[in-house]
Amino acid sequence: MSIFEYNGSALVAMVGKNCFAIGSDRRLGVQLQTIATDFQRIFQIHDHLFIGLSGLGTDAQTLYQRLVFRHKLYQLREERDMKPETFANLVSAILYEKRFGPYFCQPVIAGLGDDNKPFICTMDSIGAKELAKDFVVAGTASESLYGACESMYKPDMEPEELFETVSQALQASLDRDCLSGWGGHVYLV
Amino acid sequence: MTNAKFEAPPKGGFSFDLCKRNEMLLNKGLKAPGFLKTGTTIVGLIFQDGVILGADTRATEGPIVADKNCEKIHYMAPNIYCCGAGTAADTEAVTDMVSSQLKLHRYHTGRESRVVTSLTLLKTHLFRYQGYVSAALVLGGVDITGPHLHTIYPHGSTDTLPFATMGSGSLAAMSVFESKFREGLSKEEGIKLVCEAISSGIFNDLGSGSNVDVCVITKGNVEYLRNHVEPNPRTYTSAKGCTFTKPTEVLSTKVSLREKKAEVNEGGDAMEE
Repeated sequence: MSIFEYNGSALVAMVGKNCFAIGSDRRLGVQLQTIATDFQRIFQIHDHLFIGLSGLGTDAQTLYQRLVFRHKLYQLREERDMKPETFANLVSAILYEKRFGPYFCQPVIAGLGDDNKPFICTMDSIGAKELAKDFVVAGTASESLYGACESMYKPDMEPEELFETVSQALQASLDRDCLSGWGGHVYLV
Repeated sequence: MTNAKFEAPPKGGFSFDLCKRNEMLLNKGLKAPGFLKTGTTIVGLIFQDGVILGADTRATEGPIVADKNCEKIHYMAPNIYCCGAGTAADTEAVTDMVSSQLKLHRYHTGRESRVVTSLTLLKTHLFRYQGYVSAALVLGGVDITGPHLHTIYPHGSTDTLPFATMGSGSLAAMSVFESKFREGLSKEEGIKLVCEAISSGIFNDLGSGSNVDVCVITKGNVEYLRNHVEPNPRTYTSAKGCTFTKPTEVLSTKVSLREKKAEVNEGGDAMEE
């Protein structure tokens, strides 16, 4: 069993018209045994920037704490919030620093940049950025999420429709993955 | 500072603190994760006025296509570009790092960067890590001494060639170059040959796919042709899109308004970048 499959997770982020949605499942398991059904995988960095951390739960939480710390240092020094692109570079650098002993985490970053332009991106566990214009997925359910999103996505969706699409894609994929489930959270910005 | 609660941001270099833990997890029978690979076809050739680089745009993670349209031709300097194959994070990190070193070097000397400078910087870094930083590169550029094309292997060895290929599709691409390359190609002929070599990789190597990126570097000019050829467009998408029969059951909703952005005080004592 891969270390990514130890706790199980599903993450998805999708872009609409001047908006984005990021969703995750709520399960925390130890292999096939469910431990918690209200686990948080999506974290808010600031008003319009979210990060989802899939993979090993312990690393997700550690990484989140380090990211919040670095973001606060940035806020103190610059007196402003980080742009999503900047934040993605930060996450990438933190992950690549541990190139030879990585955090077992695959992050998904979603945020609104200047002029409310949505930005989404995902990475592997050593910080190889993958920028996308449409949607990004991560976690144990990523294969089924790829399929669901690929067929359900269309460009320039309005918020209500985007929410419905992400939710349906997430639900459909969770049902086909043993390691993630117990409903989901969807943040729509 | 060994017991410091406060961890200052690192200044650079790798950190190995998780290695022991990860090794322990591996010994418990949990598999290590795969990384994002480019599994690539990248090529380069020298033509009469300069260098042409080419790359496909597929990124893979095991058998899954992780990115259908990624960028593999990385910027090094205004007159130098570099194609990367291997582990995506490594190619990205190593080219970004050397590119910043080159920029500082330019500020210091006030001259255009040379291709050999970036070659040396890249190979010393890769040799230092004994092949563990798995980046296979095709470096091309035009400087004061003319056009140059080099290949760099993950262990730090280099070649200097009139035409070069790298990545999993290198054999398919090389077969095209070996049969059709000649010295003194024109720009159009060069671009056509590069496209043909990349296409051969796209169609015959499963690790490569999607579109063709081309970068033409001549004396004092760079033409970055992103998605120059798109041989694999999506053939069908339903015009109606999806309709969902059963709407999502929303258990709870919380709406919070975004704060208005604080007005930035232009001028005055605003901090200089």
